[in-house]
Amino acid sequence: MANTDITSKEMDGMGPHGTVVGLLRVLGPAHVWALGVGIVLVGEYMGWNFAVGKGGAYAALIACWFAGILYTCVAMIDSEVTSTVAAAGGQYTQAKHIVGPLMAFNVGLYLTFAYTMLEAANAITAGYLISVVASMTGYAGELDQRPFIIMVIMFLAWLNYRGVLATLTFNLVITAIAFVAIIVLFLSTSGILGGGIMQHAALMEGHELPYGWIGVLAAMHFGLWYYLGIEGTTQAAEEVRSPARALPFGTLAGIMTLLIAATLTWYVCSGILPWEYLGDGVDGAVAPLFSAAQLSGSNALVWLLGIGTLFATLASANGCINDASRAWFAMGRDKYLPGWFGAVHPKYRTPYRSIIFLVPIALIFALGAPLDQVITFSILSGLLEYTFMPLNVILFRKKWPLNSIKRGYEHPFHPLPAIVLLCLCGITFFAVFLGYGTQLIAMIGFYIVVSLWFHFWRYRFVNRGTQFTMPWPKPQGY
Amino acid sequence: MAKYRAPIQSKASQIFDVIFLVILTLGALFVPLKMGLSGAAKTVAEPMEGATWEALGQTPAQAAQYEALGYTPESAHDLILARFDYSFTAGALIAMIVIIVAYYVLMLKFSESEYREVIAEKFDGK
Repeated sequence: MANTDITSKEMDGMGPHGTVVGLLRVLGPAHVWALGVGIVLVGEYMGWNFAVGKGGAYAALIACWFAGILYTCVAMIDSEVTSTVAAAGGQYTQAKHIVGPLMAFNVGLYLTFAYTMLEAANAITAGYLISVVASMTGYAGELDQRPFIIMVIMFLAWLNYRGVLATLTFNLVITAIAFVAIIVLFLSTSGILGGGIMQHAALMEGHELPYGWIGVLAAMHFGLWYYLGIEGTTQAAEEVRSPARALPFGTLAGIMTLLIAATLTWYVCSGILPWEYLGDGVDGAVAPLFSAAQLSGSNALVWLLGIGTLFATLASANGCINDASRAWFAMGRDKYLPGWFGAVHPKYRTPYRSIIFLVPIALIFALGAPLDQVITFSILSGLLEYTFMPLNVILFRKKWPLNSIKRGYEHPFHPLPAIVLLCLCGITFFAVFLGYGTQLIAMIGFYIVVSLWFHFWRYRFVNRGTQFTMPWPKPQGY
Repeated sequence: MAKYRAPIQSKASQIFDVIFLVILTLGALFVPLKMGLSGAAKTVAEPMEGATWEALGQTPAQAAQYEALGYTPESAHDLILARFDYSFTAGALIAMIVIIVAYYVLMLKFSESEYREVIAEKFDGK
């Protein structure tokens, strides 16, 4: 049996690729949790409520839990594979070693676009929030949100440029505050502390399932937004001190945190806000928890949830820049993209060129597209990635059975999570098709074109055997 | 069989590759948007003259929350009545399924042929 020590110093950072400077191994499980939850918690503060618009409040709750099952499968599968493939690029690096180069290239793009679009959505929300704060503090007229959107993206890119430890420590603090804000809002409005203002029955009367059961299916589209990005914990694989322990622990603790936060968020918002208002994230509740706080009659809650929303968007955008740049960097390092992107900053040890390159892309989307379209673009990239995961883990177990290489974590009940995940992905594709079919086709068309481009053009610049950097035995069946 | 040696890509060619990817990315989002094909447009099927909370199907509790949010029946009209149209044809659904399946089949097939080269060179020295 090959004993693959994924904490080996020889495998650190760029080491396997023959360069001197690698990424710094400085992160612990709390940072992994902060990276995963930090990216995703904003999904409770904005965006999830489009699910209410697509099917009604109950449909959004059902979608919340089914999406929770989907992401639990994602977290289980990811924890096993990542605790073994501990390298920057996360699922991209997994695909490269398990499925093949073209799949890896596609997965790298899924990751980059899912996170860059999520970053753009965060910046849009931050800009909106600042405009609301301006009007609450007496500013008359329409505040131009664009300078704030630009500032958010530029500031966080700079933070990422300067170093991963400071970036994720910053995330840890602001994510914790944003999570506590949801708990406080729940305790204050549900009647546990003081008088309750929930009126679920009255607000849903006559509007239980406004689209019928097809609305429940349709709501799965934005149901993913409650959790999208938790799989990003794997991007830190090359920078954690103990990948075998920290990655599964941080990821699984993260999904549990999010299941609680998502359910509380639904409970609070649907008990205070009418569903049509809640379900319209462009002209209605852009930041639903903040809107719920506004109706609570408590200024302290309004400020707390305002700060929580801002922190959640910053934490998410921060984590997204971290993850998207790692995926882009990893592809550059392997020459899947021009090798120029595969450089590490000599002083800060960050993938600085990738960080800088993705800034204008995020800005173009944040300044030029409506929020629901940006979110849909992000969700579609995520969905394509989740469809890859069951294929990935089935091939992983087939090519390297449990006794062939050492795993940091073995997920139970294989292949049940893979089958459940594949079925839920199929349902979600149908949900996206309902209302956003053109984007779905445009997105798949994009990936087909870039796949052909990669296979027939770009791949010629990639060395073959050197792509395989894991010290594993030869896969079975080859 | 000699090991594959990747050619050195010129700087101009690298820049071209990046521009090509960026244009495709922007096109995937903005082309449907600019052509008005982005879907997701909720529409009001039957606009209402002189709307009241009752006529909009709102109970007193629901109307009270709208008023607390600063809405009147007139200003909430579109927000309350706009709906998605989930009707679709079997042909459109089949086309979507075919495109998604074809995409994954194409990717797995090409990936497999590339992967075999990688494994052969890495483990068999070919």
